Amino acid sequence: MSTSLERGLRTFKEQIDAPIASFLNSCVRCGMCADACLFYQTTGDPKYTPIHKVEPLRRAWKQEYTFWGRFAKALGISKPITDEELSEWQELLYDSCTLCGRCSLVCPVGNDIAYMIRKAREGMVAAGHAPQGLKTASINSIEAGGPMRIPLETFQKKCAIAEKNTGIKIPFDVEGADYLLLMSSSEIMQFDEFIGSVAKIFKQANVSWTYSSEAFEATNSGIQIGSSDIAAELVERIVGAAEKLKVKAVISPECGHAYTAIRWEGPNLIGRPYSFKVLHILELLDQLREEGRLVLEDQDMGHMTFHDPCQLVRRGGVLEQPVNLVKMVAGNYVPMPDQGKWNWCCGGGGGVSANEDARELQTTAFKIKKEQIEATGAKSLITSCSNCRNVIEEALEEYDMDIEVLGLSEMIAEHLKIDNKPQESES
Amino acid sequence: MDTMELLAWAKGPGLSISLTILLLGITARLLEMLILGRKQDLSEARVANSATYGFRTIVTRSLPSMETFKAETIPLLAGYAFHIGLFLIVFFYLPHILVFKGLLNLTWPELPMWLIDSMTLITMASMLIVLWYRLTNKVRRYLSSVGDYFAWFVTFLPVLTGYLAFHRLMLPYNDMLVIHILSVELLFITLPFTKLIHTVTLFFSRYYNGQAAGRKGVKV
Repeated sequence: MSTSLERGLRTFKEQIDAPIASFLNSCVRCGMCADACLFYQTTGDPKYTPIHKVEPLRRAWKQEYTFWGRFAKALGISKPITDEELSEWQELLYDSCTLCGRCSLVCPVGNDIAYMIRKAREGMVAAGHAPQGLKTASINSIEAGGPMRIPLETFQKKCAIAEKNTGIKIPFDVEGADYLLLMSSSEIMQFDEFIGSVAKIFKQANVSWTYSSEAFEATNSGIQIGSSDIAAELVERIVGAAEKLKVKAVISPECGHAYTAIRWEGPNLIGRPYSFKVLHILELLDQLREEGRLVLEDQDMGHMTFHDPCQLVRRGGVLEQPVNLVKMVAGNYVPMPDQGKWNWCCGGGGGVSANEDARELQTTAFKIKKEQIEATGAKSLITSCSNCRNVIEEALEEYDMDIEVLGLSEMIAEHLKIDNKPQESES
Repeated sequence: MDTMELLAWAKGPGLSISLTILLLGITARLLEMLILGRKQDLSEARVANSATYGFRTIVTRSLPSMETFKAETIPLLAGYAFHIGLFLIVFFYLPHILVFKGLLNLTWPELPMWLIDSMTLITMASMLIVLWYRLTNKVRRYLSSVGDYFAWFVTFLPVLTGYLAFHRLMLPYNDMLVIHILSVELLFITLPFTKLIHTVTLFFSRYYNGQAAGRKGVKV
């Protein structure tokens, strides 16, 4: 047995906790999780049935933690997991799962299958069976701060441009600011209007905020590839910056998995609770709206719909805020079918969009979203995750659909009512 | 050993042994599972009472979503029918109640015979439908292994033999009754070690899932 396979099997074993053992015990192979999976639904291939994707984890559990499994192992009659099998499962655990968690909503015995897939990926990384695209993104993040290796200077240049466009000073490293705002790489490189938009909103609402020159990247390749070590290192950088600047809260940008990483997985990865809160930017914006600090001049009257990022709604609990904000800014909003926690994934979450091997499958998996968008008849689509935005833009082009994709924060900034009356400052 | 001796063994030592295996087996399987533990979640919960969400999911997951119902109407209805059918037959058929009375010294009202009889037919028909879907539906066939068919078989056998015994079909009553009781005992000794353990663990699974999502403020 190769050292990496041995390490992988050990890691699979280490991932198994009481919930996983319970899920694997409870599965009756009813296959209903397939109905909820965009990869099965768009391909009809039973190998994409969610519970089947965690087969290596199930085998490890059976061999290591069940009486009969251990008995069979002791007699030498159990079939050990091989490198070839793990190679085969790489497609199932990475290319065909966006960790969207829809399967976890429908399983009749209550299994959280997405949780198991996240854990199974830990074993895959240890065994050396992770996709190249995610490996590169992870190495880039550790070595150069983010998957796209964006240097601080580039980010600051983008901020300087935003300052010039808006006339607003973009704060960096302000100690004692209330909020530390993070960014995702694609916001910096592709959707850089986000920088000016947020600056504009925060100035108008009189929010005390800052960027950190030491940690501005929120994306976390570690949780996508399934390496807790890498993920923890990336979280530590943000926690270090937040503690140094003594902020009250860290704000996750419009990025789904970044929110999961910093909000839900983060404290568990680093092994201690935070001394600050974590909010998604939409949570903060909705709070400002509720406090009357976010008032719009007018609404966009275009025919619009909204795509819920899975990690925000189903896996993150940011359920009401996006809708409140969309309704505020879009006067002619048509809800997407299955809006909210039942939403369908765009096809590129959970590291799929960073994984070249998954490109064709990702486009196929978009078919459900495509039909849903068509059903709304909308001419524009708003979303609040820059990865969803990228994936959807590319897919719309692929399917030759003429639909504009917009970021929610940018839309709000565009319609913001600017006045010079002093706002009530946050207590 | 003739039929009467075998019947006496099945009703006496056979039942005791198989019940002991059932109870110890379930306990061992639960311990084996729970001993693995669950790390404390250090993230700040959105709600104070996430356990409530866990208990909520135990109940709510008994009903399918509209989407699942539409996609799986027949297997779902068949699934409900045989689960409810098994429950009624096992607990509300008078001779079974008398067995429970002997074991637990507790008793409760029985259901009329015509209802038990029709429930038995419905249960068998539903189980055949479920088996048909397992053999023909591409996802279920793909996922199924020997264990799944075995679990079906050991569940079906007591229902079938009970029905045959009651109606004096195929074999003399006592012969069929022996087979019936032994088939129940086979079910008892295999339940903890097959997927039939879901009858116990699903409460834990639903709780874990519901509680974890509940911390995030999501009702699953």
